Amino acid sequence: MLVDIQNLKIGFKSRTGFHQAVKGVSLKLGTEKLGIVGESGSGKSLTARALMKLLPTQTVIEADKLEFDGIDIRSASEKQMRTIRGKRAGFILQDPKYSLNPVKTIGSQVAEAWRTHKGGSKRAALEAAINLLEQVKIRDPRKVAASYPHEVSGGMGQRVMIAMMLAPDPELLIADEPTSALDATVQAEILRLIEELVSERGMGLLLISHDLPLVSHFCDRVAVMYAGHVMEELKASDLLSAQHPYTRGLLNCMPSLMHPKERLPVLTRDPEWLK
Amino acid sequence: MNATFRNWALDENPSSRRQAAWGNWYRIWLNFRGNSLGMIGLTIIAIFIGIAIFAPLLATHDPAAQDLANRLAAPSALHWFGTDELGRDIYSRLLYGGRVTLGMVIAVVVLVAPIGLAIGCIAGYFGGIVDTILMRITDIFLAFPRLVLALAFVAALKPGVESAVLAIALTAWPPYARMARAETLTVRGSDFIAAYRLTGGSSWRIIFRHIMPLCVPTLIVRVTLDMSSIIITAASLGFLGMGAQPPSPEWGAMIATAKRFIFEQWWVAAIPGIAIFFVSLAFNFLGDALRDVLDPKGN
Amino acid sequence: MTIEIDNLRISFGDKQVVKGVSFNVARGASFGIVGESGSGKSTVLRAMAGLNNDWSGRIAFSGEDAPLFRPPAFFRKVQMVFQDPYGSLHPRQTIDRILSELPLVHGMDNIDDRIAKVLSAVALPQTARFRYPHQLSGGQRQRVAIARALIAEPEVLLLDEPTSALDVSVQAEILNLLADLRAERNLTYVMVSHNLSVITHLCTEVGVMIDGHMVEQVTAEDLRLGNVNHAHTRELRSLSVELEEPA
Repeated sequence: MLVDIQNLKIGFKSRTGFHQAVKGVSLKLGTEKLGIVGESGSGKSLTARALMKLLPTQTVIEADKLEFDGIDIRSASEKQMRTIRGKRAGFILQDPKYSLNPVKTIGSQVAEAWRTHKGGSKRAALEAAINLLEQVKIRDPRKVAASYPHEVSGGMGQRVMIAMMLAPDPELLIADEPTSALDATVQAEILRLIEELVSERGMGLLLISHDLPLVSHFCDRVAVMYAGHVMEELKASDLLSAQHPYTRGLLNCMPSLMHPKERLPVLTRDPEWLK
Repeated sequence: MNATFRNWALDENPSSRRQAAWGNWYRIWLNFRGNSLGMIGLTIIAIFIGIAIFAPLLATHDPAAQDLANRLAAPSALHWFGTDELGRDIYSRLLYGGRVTLGMVIAVVVLVAPIGLAIGCIAGYFGGIVDTILMRITDIFLAFPRLVLALAFVAALKPGVESAVLAIALTAWPPYARMARAETLTVRGSDFIAAYRLTGGSSWRIIFRHIMPLCVPTLIVRVTLDMSSIIITAASLGFLGMGAQPPSPEWGAMIATAKRFIFEQWWVAAIPGIAIFFVSLAFNFLGDALRDVLDPKGN
Repeated sequence: MTIEIDNLRISFGDKQVVKGVSFNVARGASFGIVGESGSGKSTVLRAMAGLNNDWSGRIAFSGEDAPLFRPPAFFRKVQMVFQDPYGSLHPRQTIDRILSELPLVHGMDNIDDRIAKVLSAVALPQTARFRYPHQLSGGQRQRVAIARALIAEPEVLLLDEPTSALDVSVQAEILNLLADLRAERNLTYVMVSHNLSVITHLCTEVGVMIDGHMVEQVTAEDLRLGNVNHAHTRELRSLSVELEEPA
């Protein structure tokens, strides 16, 4: 089991009191593609960040189990975490604009990522970087390697981020809203690319998104989160026959090109769901 | 009564404009109260302002009364901080000097802050040629060393408190203008300003009612942090004989006249020096604390 | 209020971002502009609102050419709702103050009354009136932004991606609200979005933009049926069809 989370709770202390944001989440992930879907504030990103120990130190994290490949994250030292983060588990964030260094060429950044984990000469690293850029289906990898982040489009930037994450051959890829800053046409390409790479390399994928139908196209299983709880976990192919009223409500309230609705059904939230 | 006010001000659903405004200020005050350095700064400033206002009541001697027989006396029960070279009571002069020094600082701020704010916001909002002209003028003033420009200005007029205030004001506004301009540039293109343009209101209305209030918190912070340097400039002008003139007991002038016997009768220079030090420090503490509580993201 | 846009060209410096766009909107109709980022769709909308002065061509409301610098009365007729409800409200002003600005500028009477009415029109509680934007949720803020536009009692509402920053459940509420308001007040809408489903939900006619050109104008019905001509329209349509259904 690559990821094993049992009864995870995450809270924040503030001047006005204690705020519990994640309230007992349990998830398991092997070499498969799991989507975590929820609205803003559902706790989906916090869950992924807790797994990589990326939350601020004043965050209160409790869990019966919080493991990555058998390593207990709760007690892991910062040194141990560094061997996991970026090396065994890659993290792709929403906007590549903020994740790439603006004053270094793309090639040198990918090469640096490769060298950090694999060592070797600068020349070899640059060749490896160009090879990686090719793997993320960049048509002219040499040209892109020589350009700076502001010279490429958002979709291209996200491909570069993925290439950097792939450098150390990670076992797990966590993608937090990897395409919500991108256009629809590019979004599909990037998700398809992630899906292919994950399948080819036998990695685990944790795809976090607010778009339920979209995620179901690229994942095996989907966990639907609401207000810090997992409402329902189901196979992506079973989404149309989802049982939980929240999942059904989310699917119903979207406007549709093919099935026009006179009025959109409004999601009524039942306090019972949180019990 | 106190609890009623608290509940009324902190009501999550205020029912009038007044209640909402009070609630906002009360929350800022609650945040500020939690900042111990800021509270120390505020207390020190309040004490000094109180001393300046009530100087006639607190003083033990007439600050101008000379007693040449008892000059340069060490601190004693009669003269708490000793006497200066003309036998005047340093404690009483310090109290009255607070009036002059703090008065100068406040006069400078009242002159400078609105001018800097207005010039910066106008330059930032309109951009283009207006921006170029206003900012080059700002640059000209910024290019001169502060004290040198102030000295030249005072020399051209006549030495005295009023000239010193004008001189310091003349050299103090450019940084505020630059700061207000930078702040304006960050909000000028935002959607909420675009929405105000869609009301049909004039540019002046947008600048003065919607942009300027956004720059005020940063300005207040900058001003409190600059207070100490204004005090020091005022003191330096006094020290160089270009500020307050004798027998006016301005703190800088007091140090200036005491420089001749700084090794023998050190307290004559040290006492006003300590006063300047405390007020400057207090303004710095206050400025740091205000920066924390007035930041909109902090609330 | 009819809207006529004829050969509209807009430049930022030397770069032309809208390269001759023309379309007409009938009174009470709703027109959608769909396109990807950088297609120039929002720029068209901002020029219509009078927020951009570097354009050429013709923008006319009710047959009258809009001048380069719009007179204040123009904003009683045409209002706009922005994309990001977090960035479109003044962070240091109460909702009351935000809503009262336009009535004050135009010297309208009974401002208190008008604010109360417009708050209930967008289904916000009266208690929201003296709160600050940061105390409201994203959906509530977007309702405030709509209320701010409505208080002018406009005839045309320009909508710049009004729901793309919101969760889908909130999006549904806002889209319903916009549909109701249009019916009640006989408003004319021009809406910009990158989402075909959202556009076709609210608009009966859609213009597709790419690289500063409006390459196709098609009814929502034809778009649904696939009666489209341009390759880009077809691409957007097939993506939307494929991705909106769960796997």
